[in-house]
Amino acid sequence: MMRLLYLLPVLLFAGIAAFFAVGLQGDPAKLPSALINRPLPPFALAGLDAATPGFGSATFVGEPKLLNVFASWCAACPQEHPMLTRIAAEGVAVYGLDWKDTPENATRWLAKLGNPYRSIASDPTARTGIDLGVTGVPETFVIDRHGRVRYKQIGPITPQDWDQTLRPMLAKLKAEA
Amino acid sequence: MRWLIALIAIMLAAPTLAVLPDEMLRDPRLEARARVISQQLRCVVCQNQTIDDSDAPLARDLRLLVRERLTRGDSDHQAIEYLVARYGNYVLLKPPFERATLLLWLGPAAFVLIGGIGVVAYFGRRRVTPDDNGALSAEEAARVDALLREG
Repeated sequence: MMRLLYLLPVLLFAGIAAFFAVGLQGDPAKLPSALINRPLPPFALAGLDAATPGFGSATFVGEPKLLNVFASWCAACPQEHPMLTRIAAEGVAVYGLDWKDTPENATRWLAKLGNPYRSIASDPTARTGIDLGVTGVPETFVIDRHGRVRYKQIGPITPQDWDQTLRPMLAKLKAEA
Repeated sequence: MRWLIALIAIMLAAPTLAVLPDEMLRDPRLEARARVISQQLRCVVCQNQTIDDSDAPLARDLRLLVRERLTRGDSDHQAIEYLVARYGNYVLLKPPFERATLLLWLGPAAFVLIGGIGVVAYFGRRRVTPDDNGALSAEEAARVDALLREG
């Protein structure tokens, strides 16, 4: 019996090692969203320019949509841009939130790269972004037909993210009542 | 000597303040509360700094937001809860004591306890207690006598 007790520290160590091996896998820069399975915070923002109508939280009721947070000053956004263009071409409604940016810069940015968004709202004060718990750009929210946040993608959407996570999720949400 | 003074000066140099004068509130009491709150909130961009320390633009936005909440009459607790509702418990540099953080809070004490029990069990068992201040027992004295006589 006493002999077995000597194994206790070894087992304890193995347990702690396993705990950390699993726990330290994730990227600490990716904070889980506090909004998952909760409705979007109420907001209503003006469009990027006079020709863009803008949108608010009420826009996200009806069919599942993507809300992409971007900015002209964001380094990773041009990298993500072709994916957004592809996603929009597949018929998914992608809404753009231009965060901590000026409409002039964003307009110039979109003129250069193309505009994949169904509509673009301007958030120069960052308040709507903060309400959404945005920590940086780009971030993309998957929103179901009831206007609830179901998933948050942090960082640019890669082709793998789209094929393996976001597209299957949107398909599932579409099938939901 | 000059080197020493330079070294001490470097060590004493306080880190520059991230809070800019234009962010500060007129009311010194509100400003003091805002500083205390900011020192408890994690900058979500540069995660090991408080928003009070961080130069990140988002940290500045959050500092302004905290000040705005206080000006509107929020209590310290309400201002902190406002950000927790948006960014989760991650914005708190000191995690709250709740079920999910039980291991975090009680783990170190539990390990000290387990280790302590181990140490006591190990050394407690090995200790030989001298019964009579090191004096020889009658049996031992007889054996010493026998050996001396032989010598």
